[in-house]
Amino acid sequence: MKHMTEEELIAYREGVAAQRAVVAQHLAACEECRAELERIEAVLAALDTLPVPNPGDDYGRHVWQQIASRLPERPARWWQAWFEPQRLGALAAVTALLVVAFIAGRITKHDHPGNDVATKEQIRERILVVAVGDHLSKSEMFLVELSNAQPNSSPGKLVNISAEQRRAEDLLEENRLYRQTALQEGDKVMASTLDELERFLLDVANSPDVVTSAQLEKIRQKIEARGILFKVRVVGRELQERQKATKPAPAQNDSTKIERNKA
Amino acid sequence: MIRMQPSVENTQTIADSDAVAVERTMAGDRDAFRVLVERHSHNVFRLAYRMTRNRPDAEEVVQEAFLRAYQKLGKFEARANFGTWVYRIAANYAIDRMRQRKKEEARKVEPAVHEEGMENDPVTLVRDAAPNPERLAHNIELRKQMEIALAALSYSERTAFVMRHWEGCAIEEIAQVLKSSSGAAKNTVFRAVQKLRLALQPFVGKGMQARATGTES
Repeated sequence: MKHMTEEELIAYREGVAAQRAVVAQHLAACEECRAELERIEAVLAALDTLPVPNPGDDYGRHVWQQIASRLPERPARWWQAWFEPQRLGALAAVTALLVVAFIAGRITKHDHPGNDVATKEQIRERILVVAVGDHLSKSEMFLVELSNAQPNSSPGKLVNISAEQRRAEDLLEENRLYRQTALQEGDKVMASTLDELERFLLDVANSPDVVTSAQLEKIRQKIEARGILFKVRVVGRELQERQKATKPAPAQNDSTKIERNKA
Repeated sequence: MIRMQPSVENTQTIADSDAVAVERTMAGDRDAFRVLVERHSHNVFRLAYRMTRNRPDAEEVVQEAFLRAYQKLGKFEARANFGTWVYRIAANYAIDRMRQRKKEEARKVEPAVHEEGMENDPVTLVRDAAPNPERLAHNIELRKQMEIALAALSYSERTAFVMRHWEGCAIEEIAQVLKSSSGAAKNTVFRAVQKLRLALQPFVGKGMQARATGTES
């Protein structure tokens, strides 16, 4: 008889098993699996005895007293969310890039009076190329440093990765913004690469501050197994090419993007 | 498993009443928000305490969750459930708080000793049931190990475990908090239980032996 895996038994116990009836049927017939489930349940039952303090019957009123004076007169409307400090920061960065692109455009136009005037789309694309290119270079550096971090130590040795976590968190914020933009622009390859990068950054940001060498090795293996560094490099180089190409003949960009998406 | 799940009818009534309170808050009635705070504070505290494992942090999480909920109320979809929504905000903030706390504090090997909630403490329960010194010592050790095992989980694992095992949240809800897919959230629950089991199985086994000895004597 094929026994249930630990994963299947935990999923069954936690009510997230895909085929609950099948597991229940097997458990009814298999003493070994029942014993294994009981061992899992014993650990969970012990954890259930951990106390949660009772904050008191009037806790709700206490919370209200604590926060009432800090609440604005009215809740913000949905559009006011755009003026939150975090978003304002991102907005300021994009605006700064726009201004730079605009000034650069003006200068270029004066130098070559015969050239066509760049369209809004081309300017927007140029900004995206520059900004994402910069983000990918930073991410590449981060991945390389993480891949090369202290390879020769015993598996149980503890490593502090809090600095890497902070960098991952910073990169995450930017990454989300660029991934959404790439999706809106229809750049599937870029969006998919940024999506994979985001998942990895999330993993690092959510790891404990201190990990064992073995856990760090697993993180490194993830970079290799998913080919994240390679993909980031490829898209990064491609962006550099696009950056060069946008200057003399920006009209070619769309076709490049379509070709890449086809591939 | 300690799950505080209200009945389906009750849930629906609360959700309807919450929707009205949200609407009134949006129209400028601050007292309506007070109703929401008083109604959901206990549940949010329970989640926050289980995640942060200390009372001051849990209380801060509760207050911050309601403040953020109020500020973001304009983005809250009327069809959604306010209780679930504020829960999610609290879970997200609890993760931030745990991360912040870890950075603030120098590494402490010893877990915090909690004085509150002694009425449910396994140690005191055991003391009442049978004053067997061996069993008492075991329970103290077990509790210490449980705190260590929970603290050793990553933030995502602890969040997933607390939300699924103790709070009975749906996998989709956990996935939203962890900003991952449902499959990944499910795996995180599994990983958490597996790690807890690995860390605690030897002590739980010992407990069975201690119980057996207690019964014989």
